[in-house]
Amino acid sequence: MLTFASGAELLALAEKENLSLGTLALRWESEQERKPEAELKARMAEYLAVMRAAVERGLTGKDRSPSGLAGGRGRLVWEASGKARVGGATLARAAARALAVAEVNACMGRIVAAPTAGSCGIVPGVLFTVAEENHKDDEALVLALFTAGVIGQLIARRATLAGAAGGCQAECGAAAGMAAAAAVELAGGSPGQALAAAAISLKGSLGLVCDPVAGLVEVPCIKRNALGAANALTSAELALAGVESAVPFDEVVDAMAEVGRSLPREFKETALGGCAATPTGRAWKEKLCRPF
Amino acid sequence: MSGSGIFTIIGPVMVGPSSSHTAGAARLGWAARAILGTEPVAAAFYLHGSFAETGRGHGTDRALLAGVLGLGPADSRLPAAYRLAEAAGLKYAFYTQDLGDAHPNTVKIVLWGGDGSQVGVTGSSIGGGEIVITAVDDLAVEFSCHYPTLLTLHQDQPGMVARVSAELAAAGVNIAFMRVFRRARGGEASMVVEMDEDAPEQAVARIAALPGMRRVRVVKAVSAC
Repeated sequence: MLTFASGAELLALAEKENLSLGTLALRWESEQERKPEAELKARMAEYLAVMRAAVERGLTGKDRSPSGLAGGRGRLVWEASGKARVGGATLARAAARALAVAEVNACMGRIVAAPTAGSCGIVPGVLFTVAEENHKDDEALVLALFTAGVIGQLIARRATLAGAAGGCQAECGAAAGMAAAAAVELAGGSPGQALAAAAISLKGSLGLVCDPVAGLVEVPCIKRNALGAANALTSAELALAGVESAVPFDEVVDAMAEVGRSLPREFKETALGGCAATPTGRAWKEKLCRPF
Repeated sequence: MSGSGIFTIIGPVMVGPSSSHTAGAARLGWAARAILGTEPVAAAFYLHGSFAETGRGHGTDRALLAGVLGLGPADSRLPAAYRLAEAAGLKYAFYTQDLGDAHPNTVKIVLWGGDGSQVGVTGSSIGGGEIVITAVDDLAVEFSCHYPTLLTLHQDQPGMVARVSAELAAAGVNIAFMRVFRRARGGEASMVVEMDEDAPEQAVARIAALPGMRRVRVVKAVSAC
């Protein structure tokens, strides 16, 4: 029976068995759930199809959210990505896809929580883009989703994935860490590089507050999905080049848990601080929050 | 929410924007419908706290209505709930109400069935799409809808718990969790029995026929939605 209580144990197991984190996660899930690996892969392939449909729908840019605040930005960035002048087309495409999925979520479309609805754009935004760059098929993408999932599992066990408990570092931060590790494996990196990418990524969003304007999953959440995608791509690139995380993954996650606990409640999804408490944020709240 | 590992992280598939204010709300509506046990013809929703304040922007109203219509949180028809309700002839009304010392994401749902039946269900969306039902017909209860659940309304008297559990045991149904609530000694009481299997209809009928039993409701597990 496979067991691991930490990233270090997961990595040791992957190296011992000579498996990627994604393959190991699939085997682990199969043992835990007593279901054949093929069935679990098929289920993940269905989730991948929902993610792909959300990207496509979001990139049409047609939907607007009930509040009127969200919609159409993913398409804007997508259309500009061909002549990206700063970070290149890959970065722009990943950002556009992440925005698109987060917009579909805000517009009451179907998405896959990854790990949450508010952060649902990062993993698909990064993975579809990295697969495109590296000519990887859906089989590889499905395994990459297992990689993302096992990183999320480790974060959930040692810290939290709820903005209400840990701030946005627990949602968009965690999603970026998951996407970074998955991107490394999708691009052919080692399990050690994948875990390093997750650690580097998580360090970049430590302390990120959850401050939704008018309490809605729109501002600043949607754009934070694009920024999370950029964080994941950068972290993966560093790790693939051989950069390690000076602070190991498990310790970063423990720091994340501590920071999350220490964050005042104003910054944990209560819509009482940060962007939500700015004059503009308050004005939107005034306009949008009409009781029944 | 099935599965213990990877699929609790990647997943569930849901209609956005919020697992608590949308997916959980749909489940609460679905659970209320399941507790009513028949096709509802009218629904009244009393939204409390954050549900009342931010519900419109989160589509909480549409999710609640969709749930009452029998739609699950991943059903892409959820945003069209108002139109679907009109097509189904379901009358509905939304109100803001302070439900007291309740979780911020709480709603009281009153449903009327075509057969004259009626039920009031209060429940909270506690995060990640998870729900807890806290009152049925104004009697305080507590269950998650993770399991098929048997709800009774009965006279508080010795032997009721034993008779109900004996009927379930005879039908081969394992009880996962069980709680008993009452208004006053000897008064109206309620049992919440969460089971590992669906209770066979005959067993439910025998429980309903027990002396002192006023009503029995069977609620399917929310994973069915």
